[in-house]
Amino acid sequence: MQNIVSIKKLSKIYDNNFQALNNITLDIKKNEIIALLGPNGAGKTTMISIICGIVIPTSGSVTVDNFDIIKDYRRTRSRIGLVPQELSLEQFEYVFNNVSYTRGLYGKAPNPSLIEKILKDLSLWDKRNSRINELSGGMKRRVLIAKALSHEPSVLFLDEPSAGVDVELRQEMWQVIKDLRNSGVTIILTTHYIEEAEAIADRVAVINKGELLVVDNTSDLVQSMGQKTLLIELQEAVQALPPKLESYNLTVLNNGLSISYNYDSSSKQTGITSLLQDMKEAGLKLKDLKTEQSSLENIFVELVREN
Amino acid sequence: MNFYAIRAIYFHEMDRMRRTIGQSILSPVISTSLYFIVFGSVIGSMIPELDGVSYGSFIVPGLLMLTLLTQSISNSAFGIFFPKFTGSIYEVLAAPVSSLEIIIGFVGASASKSLIVGIIILFTASFFVELQIQYPLLMLFLLILTCLTFSLFGFLIGLLSNNFEQLQVVPLIIITPLVFLGGSLYTIEMLPEFWQKVSYFNPVVYLINGMRWSFYGASDINIFISVVSLVGFLVACIVGVAIVISKGYGIKN
Repeated sequence: MQNIVSIKKLSKIYDNNFQALNNITLDIKKNEIIALLGPNGAGKTTMISIICGIVIPTSGSVTVDNFDIIKDYRRTRSRIGLVPQELSLEQFEYVFNNVSYTRGLYGKAPNPSLIEKILKDLSLWDKRNSRINELSGGMKRRVLIAKALSHEPSVLFLDEPSAGVDVELRQEMWQVIKDLRNSGVTIILTTHYIEEAEAIADRVAVINKGELLVVDNTSDLVQSMGQKTLLIELQEAVQALPPKLESYNLTVLNNGLSISYNYDSSSKQTGITSLLQDMKEAGLKLKDLKTEQSSLENIFVELVREN
Repeated sequence: MNFYAIRAIYFHEMDRMRRTIGQSILSPVISTSLYFIVFGSVIGSMIPELDGVSYGSFIVPGLLMLTLLTQSISNSAFGIFFPKFTGSIYEVLAAPVSSLEIIIGFVGASASKSLIVGIIILFTASFFVELQIQYPLLMLFLLILTCLTFSLFGFLIGLLSNNFEQLQVVPLIIITPLVFLGGSLYTIEMLPEFWQKVSYFNPVVYLINGMRWSFYGASDINIFISVVSLVGFLVACIVGVAIVISKGYGIKN
């Protein structure tokens, strides 16, 4: 699939010598949803801000639709919509005017019918003549999305779209994001919420301390980096593991009534058959078996801890 | 050139004036009218003519300049500082807009607001004092040039300010005293010789006298020197703003 955003060896060192980004290289494919995961201060917002022209990079290059973000900034920025993390809005403005203002900034002729459609899609049409300070937090976030969509961008950056948003609104937001992708928009979102990335992202990029740790399809990442756990419930408690089972790296749980076994599901030989055989030979009687897949959250925590 | 962006910024700023009409229009008009009433009509009637005109008429160009300077600076400084303060400046920075287009939008709106206030003040002055303008085209030229120049200066202050206090420092502590001591209410000749010499270091003296010359054809300073001083300050402001905005100081990391 064609790349729409290409980041090459991007670094950013702020005036206070804080290195926010360190040699990041990342390609973002057209019409995908990619989630940038990382703890606070990882460099996610800096990366987005550089691509959008708000922060000046120290070194490296970025192209959007094959145009350089500095040399061809008009072409790149006109393709980009940005929903910032903060609710940065002029409080005394009216919703319709404020969204129309953003369209003008991006060099587009006024188009009231398009603004009407965007506001209706985001359930804001009833509030078109309300001042921003009369809206709830969730509505303000939707106004920011409406502003970002007002100039019909092909790439949309969402910086922490679910921050401070209740569960119901978060689900609505995810649906809006999926609908946008279906209409041909490439979505790049940053988030703290792992379940958000799991729910809507095609790919996940994990960033920590300004470095890109991993980029992969969400499902492949869970498959390749995640471990599976076999949980075995016993009919009778064991005080200690029989010597025959010591080589399996088992963990005794639940006062000896359960045993857990971690294995790599992508491996050809998981060791489950021989384990069960050896358990039978050791005289252990099984009551139940179940398996658990480690979540994206486990993988994320592990990656960040290792880094 | 992104004309739609310039238009968007311009009308966005003009809309702010409409929303705050009391502060933007009424306040400067009322306070200047009070000057006309007190100094022009009441005290002025007891003061002999200066440069061949009544005192009330004499102070009109100076008071007009006082309002234009303070309004242009505060309009423009607030116009760029407020989005910085609320964080909404991000959308201007992320838009396909050049620095020049940003300046034209913000400074153009600020200068327009000051021009509107200036014209209303002139109209209001005619109710209190006898008003005559010998060179109306020159007066209009100086009016526009002053609004543009000091709007640029205000834009620079807004860019460099990090809080509301810094925003107010230059207009209150520097500009207002310079205007009052710049011959807005008296002629330089009325001062002792030493202070006359000191006054020539006050740039506002040249602006006020330029404006006064366009009204009455007489002033303390040659009109040519006044116009050149104003243009020189305009160029200095353009260079200052261009340097600051190209480095992204105050708005970009």
